[in-house]
Amino acid sequence: MAKKDRTVLTGVHFMNGDVACAEGAMAAGCRFFAGYPITPATEIAERMARRMIEFGGIFVQMEDELASMAAIIGASWAGAKSMTATSGPGFSLMQENIGLAVMTETPCVVVDIMRGAPSTGQPTEGAQQDVMQSKWGSHGDYEIIALAPASVQEMFDLTIECFNLAETYRAPTFLLADGFTGHLWERVVIPRPEEIKTVDRKKPSVPPDKYMPFKPDEDLVPPMACFGEGYYVHVTGLTHDMRGYPKTVDPKIQYELVQRLCGKIRKNADKIVRTYEFMLEDAEVAVVAYGIPSRASVSAVKRAREAGIRAGLLRLVTVWPFPEKQVEELSNRVKLMVVPEMNCGQVVREVERIAKETPVHFIPKIGGEPHTPSEIFEVIRRTAKA
Amino acid sequence: MTATQKFDTHSLAKYLRVERFPHIWCEGCGNGIILNCFVNALDDLGININELVVVSGIGCMGRVAGYIKCDSFHTTHGRPIALASGIKLANPKLTIAVISGDGDLFAIGGNHFIHAARRNVDMTVICSNNFNYGMTGGQFGPTTPLDSYTTTTPYGNIEHPFNLVHLAAAAGAVYVARWTVLHVKRLTESIKKALQKKGFKFIEVVSPCPEIYGRRNKLGKAVDTMKQYREISEIRHGYDPSKAKITSEKIIVGEFVDTEKPTYGELLQRQFIKVQERLTGG
Amino acid sequence: MPVRIWRTPLDIEKVKRPKAEIHIIKDQCKGCGFCIQFCPKDVLEESEEINERGVHPPRVVDESRCVLCGFCTSICPDFAIFVVEKQCKKEC
Repeated sequence: MAKKDRTVLTGVHFMNGDVACAEGAMAAGCRFFAGYPITPATEIAERMARRMIEFGGIFVQMEDELASMAAIIGASWAGAKSMTATSGPGFSLMQENIGLAVMTETPCVVVDIMRGAPSTGQPTEGAQQDVMQSKWGSHGDYEIIALAPASVQEMFDLTIECFNLAETYRAPTFLLADGFTGHLWERVVIPRPEEIKTVDRKKPSVPPDKYMPFKPDEDLVPPMACFGEGYYVHVTGLTHDMRGYPKTVDPKIQYELVQRLCGKIRKNADKIVRTYEFMLEDAEVAVVAYGIPSRASVSAVKRAREAGIRAGLLRLVTVWPFPEKQVEELSNRVKLMVVPEMNCGQVVREVERIAKETPVHFIPKIGGEPHTPSEIFEVIRRTAKA
Repeated sequence: MTATQKFDTHSLAKYLRVERFPHIWCEGCGNGIILNCFVNALDDLGININELVVVSGIGCMGRVAGYIKCDSFHTTHGRPIALASGIKLANPKLTIAVISGDGDLFAIGGNHFIHAARRNVDMTVICSNNFNYGMTGGQFGPTTPLDSYTTTTPYGNIEHPFNLVHLAAAAGAVYVARWTVLHVKRLTESIKKALQKKGFKFIEVVSPCPEIYGRRNKLGKAVDTMKQYREISEIRHGYDPSKAKITSEKIIVGEFVDTEKPTYGELLQRQFIKVQERLTGG
Repeated sequence: MPVRIWRTPLDIEKVKRPKAEIHIIKDQCKGCGFCIQFCPKDVLEESEEINERGVHPPRVVDESRCVLCGFCTSICPDFAIFVVEKQCKKEC
């Protein structure tokens, strides 16, 4: 559709986190964005409004976040890679249709630039208060994938990865950025289009009369026929059988369906989960962090090492499915764990659950100021001594 | 006369998922007639079913998506229009029909309706107006007449109902019509006209709910309601929709609005070409 | 306003009124009575028999009266009745 290629902005840029996220999405093949302005994610919508048309894609500002989420599900079923971006209050509005995306196995990306909460909260201050909501926000039992960027470069790179994971596992995938990373300006290197690895959804390999829209392959993910391809797919949010037809009173069908929707993420967790280790080889104290606090943690760990404490950092790139194996293995090696979070205790609960006997020290910080390296170092020093 | 036991011999069976019949709608429910007229319209027009998508919401009429043999989406309550906007914009070749009930489209879905009409997104919206929320047992909705009895208005409804055609016309729909399920021929023609037109089209279909709304308000059997429609409905094409309120004495039916306006997709396309020309410098 | 024909049409020998074939899918009927009530030629009436659903499906009184208007086909909410033109090789 595009005559001139003003598409992927290969090169080195000084860019805002939100803008990098939008550029990453378009580079990943996103061709439909529906959103609603909300601080601190408005810049994503604004960038999309300007740039999507250059890719031949569609930008729509919908009337609210409910409509935005519904529209991206529709666009995904029409064959487009689709995305929306919001913050806490909008994220709450989207929960209903996030459940629909999970149930209908619709690949889509939802970016949540987290801000001070609950309710309208602190629109201009970053936080990490929506992490549990991304996993448990909609009603019912389900699994999703969520990634937490810690730099503007990761806002670009992890958005691409979100799309790839969404297409591979046919699940809504979340980019959980705190408000600071969203508004940070940093150096971003954007590669050439051919260097960017993208994944497309599996398509059916059988003709329409043999195809069952929700019959999974070995990896528990069904190939996806989209609207307009002659497969006459019926999609519903009701509990359904493999043909997609509602079957709401058969306990076996509900059990198998919910088990598979959860199973396809849990069973493939090893392929999905990514973590980053810093100085963990001989560590006795492990800091487990994600997002902006992980950057302060790097400085804190270095300072601890200078002070003679064997500290290290496990940075969670994937927050959901939770990196259970990595955290468990780490808890067996170290004497204690420290978890800094910009909330009142969310990921730390998972760490405590998995670490079991290993003591876990939580460093909460809400209000709009990220953790400083000193704060984290003090806790490491105090708890390592004890 | 042939008494046949096989549904797939029906002339319209090829448009239906026959394995899912009989449908869940009650005896005398107008939803079956709306489905009948809709597939009849598809048949008359010879529409390419590969490019048809039916989107519906929650409620009795919402189940229609599962009965038509085409790509279809049964969405969450109130969201079919927003979802359909996404489908249409992402793949403009597809023909979109949103078929749902009065509560789904105008209570929880009211916001999406007025904005999609305002934007003039290309889709046909057919509303089955049976004056209550049937599926959940008969609660009142935005079109329930004043003083009616429903489970959540046991002493009589004290809310004024919407005039749906007025709302649609005011929001900017390019085609607005109202029929009752008795007007099968006219309804089929209306659906055909709407499917071939560009823009946001709205057809309100007044429908009996004999088991729930009808029973609770002593309206008799479905066939009595249909006879009543024959008595009190009047065809007035081009009538001012703001004056076409439904009352127990009169239901004005007909095509009220039939205009042209650039659709959202067309304007987007024009903008795309302009931007591309600017980028290539010519 | 109905058209009054005051002379015999010139092509009356050539034009044949189509003959109707009414199909009733008895067990699909839910007994609403719309087809019986609104047939313009009173071709249908309620039968005595009871179908699988416990209701009386319609039965044809006189198929020759049917003018193939298709109203019953369209008004049936359950797709239980449809009328097609009888295909005849010769005069039938």
